[in-house]
Amino acid sequence: MMDFGTPVLEPGSANGTKQVPQFNPYQDNGGTVASIAGDDYVIVAADTRFTLGYSIPTRKISRVLKINDKVMLGTAGMQADTCALHKVISTRMRMYEHDNNKRMTFNAVSQMLSTVLYYKRFFPYYTFNIVAGLDDKGEGWVCGYDAIGSFEQRKIVCNGAGTKLMQPVFDNQVDWAQSWDGAGKPNLSLEQATDLMKDAFTSAAEREITVGDTLQIYKITKDGIQLEEFELKKD
Amino acid sequence: MNIDLSEALDTKYGRSGLSCEVGPDAVELGEEHVLTIPNVPRPDKFLSDSFKGQEAEVLKFAHGTTTLAFVFKHGIIAAVDSRASMGVYIGSGTVKKIIEINPFLLGTMAGGAADCSFWERDLGRQCRLFELRNKERISVAAASKLLVNSVSRFRGMGLSMGTMIMGWDKTGPALFYVDNDGTRLKGNLFSVGSGSTFAMGVLDIGYKYDLSVEEACELGRRSIYHATHRDGASGGIINIYHVGEDGWTKISSEDSAQKHYQYKAESTEQASAPMVTS
Repeated sequence: MMDFGTPVLEPGSANGTKQVPQFNPYQDNGGTVASIAGDDYVIVAADTRFTLGYSIPTRKISRVLKINDKVMLGTAGMQADTCALHKVISTRMRMYEHDNNKRMTFNAVSQMLSTVLYYKRFFPYYTFNIVAGLDDKGEGWVCGYDAIGSFEQRKIVCNGAGTKLMQPVFDNQVDWAQSWDGAGKPNLSLEQATDLMKDAFTSAAEREITVGDTLQIYKITKDGIQLEEFELKKD
Repeated sequence: MNIDLSEALDTKYGRSGLSCEVGPDAVELGEEHVLTIPNVPRPDKFLSDSFKGQEAEVLKFAHGTTTLAFVFKHGIIAAVDSRASMGVYIGSGTVKKIIEINPFLLGTMAGGAADCSFWERDLGRQCRLFELRNKERISVAAASKLLVNSVSRFRGMGLSMGTMIMGWDKTGPALFYVDNDGTRLKGNLFSVGSGSTFAMGVLDIGYKYDLSVEEACELGRRSIYHATHRDGASGGIINIYHVGEDGWTKISSEDSAQKHYQYKAESTEQASAPMVTS
């Protein structure tokens, strides 16, 4: 389905009529990744649907990369760029471990992803990322990125196709954005955060065609990473 | 502004049309890292061609922005909003648009969020190297020139950055405006972004060189507040920094929505006569 488009006339050539084939290297494969961070945990959730326009070529792809026991990377957008990016990050992570004889911290991973993305500023990875992990003190955090490496560290981030549907709900339920002084702001437990994540994805799957099939929820705590799979609608 | 770059690009990257020769696809950055450039006839047009009409989705532009900075008797005040819009969607309401380059240098963010944060982080690296080599802090003039040199190498390639670099050096407080066209201006008062006209209107009315630090902070805060009120692409938190002889300090971080009701209450208290209606 690679789109080679229509040939265009290239101005600036000798007679102004030279034909140059154009092709579009990008493809949107949908998908949504989201993460909620708590005092001593962080959960990373991603649906497994792979779309190509209105088609669903497969219902089971992974959008999540485990960096180490404390940090994970979730990527939505184009699947080919996701694979390429995950390979680069894995390699850089291994090189870091050998060079420095220690594991990459959450902060190191989040800054590295930003620069890796920016190095392709003029030919970006068509990917929308989140990096979730526990910091040195064991507290959960998550960083959300745009395609060229601008990022922000927060407690709740979602990225990809379902963002516009889900983010406002998370702002309301987790960040307590409706409250002026933050009074009564809930401190979600791991179980509550997981339930909220399931609700958000089932709701998004009702209204966004690129979200559905299976929801993978990775729970990162001091004891390691646990995967829970939750079935979404298959239509 | 449209400039035909085809000739410049051909000579710079050794390309002409499709029959491009093997030119440097990457521009070196520091020791080993590289910024890759797509191997196409017009790398400067590549992004806009590939993402017709949806660039904002891909490059989360902090295009809607209000930032300002001014020099006064006791140093420099920088004031900014915190909204990042992607088209009409608010990508984030809590962006830190004042970038702490080092303890004596601040930069503001307007335009592309990634462009500003990457190049100002890179500027921090260059300033640290200068310090190690010369055993003294870099001047603001020199630092701002390092930045303008960095982005000038990619002029016409679609970088988007309108920033103010400020700090305190041997010459005292200094403020520079730097943007992606390669503009670099020294000045006492700048405002950048879509809400800058609103902010500048308020700022010009209240500005005097002899302001106290408190008065200057409040002037900056009010200017940003009025910009968030009238510019839909500005909003969120109002952040204020002060640059003094001993480096910068963060003064405040307040919600513009809460400021609205505070200012409203203050103005109704002061209003002695009712508004005249015909």
